[in-house]
Amino acid sequence: MIWQFDLIILVFLVITAIISLQVKDLLAASMIFGVYSFLMCLLWAGMAAVDVAFTEAAVGAGVSSVFLIATVLRTSRRSSD
Amino acid sequence: MEFFEAISAKFNYWIYVIIMMIGLYAMIAKTNMVKKLIGMSVFQTAIILFYVSIGVKDGATIPILYHDQVHAGHHHDDHAHNGEHYDTPHGTDHEADEYGYPSRHAPDVVIDGDDFANPLVHVLMLTAIVVGVSTLGVGLAITQKLHREFGTIEENEIHDMIKSGK
Repeated sequence: MIWQFDLIILVFLVITAIISLQVKDLLAASMIFGVYSFLMCLLWAGMAAVDVAFTEAAVGAGVSSVFLIATVLRTSRRSSD
Repeated sequence: MEFFEAISAKFNYWIYVIIMMIGLYAMIAKTNMVKKLIGMSVFQTAIILFYVSIGVKDGATIPILYHDQVHAGHHHDDHAHNGEHYDTPHGTDHEADEYGYPSRHAPDVVIDGDDFANPLVHVLMLTAIVVGVSTLGVGLAITQKLHREFGTIEENEIHDMIKSGK
């Protein structure tokens, strides 16, 4: 894989992981976690693991985000930390 | 320059350790249940990143045969479907396997394993992704149940309510 893409995606991966755990709004945290999953999917497509990549795109970025958003809408949106 | 080479060659592994520790910190230190579960998912994807990084080879492509390689394999199978394969074994190109059957998959083309990424870790991690999303779903269901019971999803507030007898 092209090492420049590898480097950029890995740095953004750490940034999105930290932001989704630090932001106080849980809906925003869910959406940024979807971005994190999609970056992970891009990384795996670059690492020649295409089957893992499209499973992650469907299950990680799709279904996990839906689960999280449904839970946030049914409970509370604010987080204390 | 030597130092930079040592860092960049294993950059996936450095990042995997960092992401894993971020997830572990979130699982332990965050009090919000949804934040804990996001941390758990981050932890799981970090482990999957480690395993997929093991299967990467330099200059390798996706583990799927090219069209001409598949075509060569079919050409070989045509002989087997003719029926003459079992009656008249022709010569040395069809060796029998250990059970006495003629082996239909004697390679016409030489497939070099170094040209393809290792698919074993990919198959293992497919299972891990599905297990990960199911554990996330169970955790979120328990979070909704707790919210219905206590009216909050903050762990310390739930602890205080339990301690003071609601």
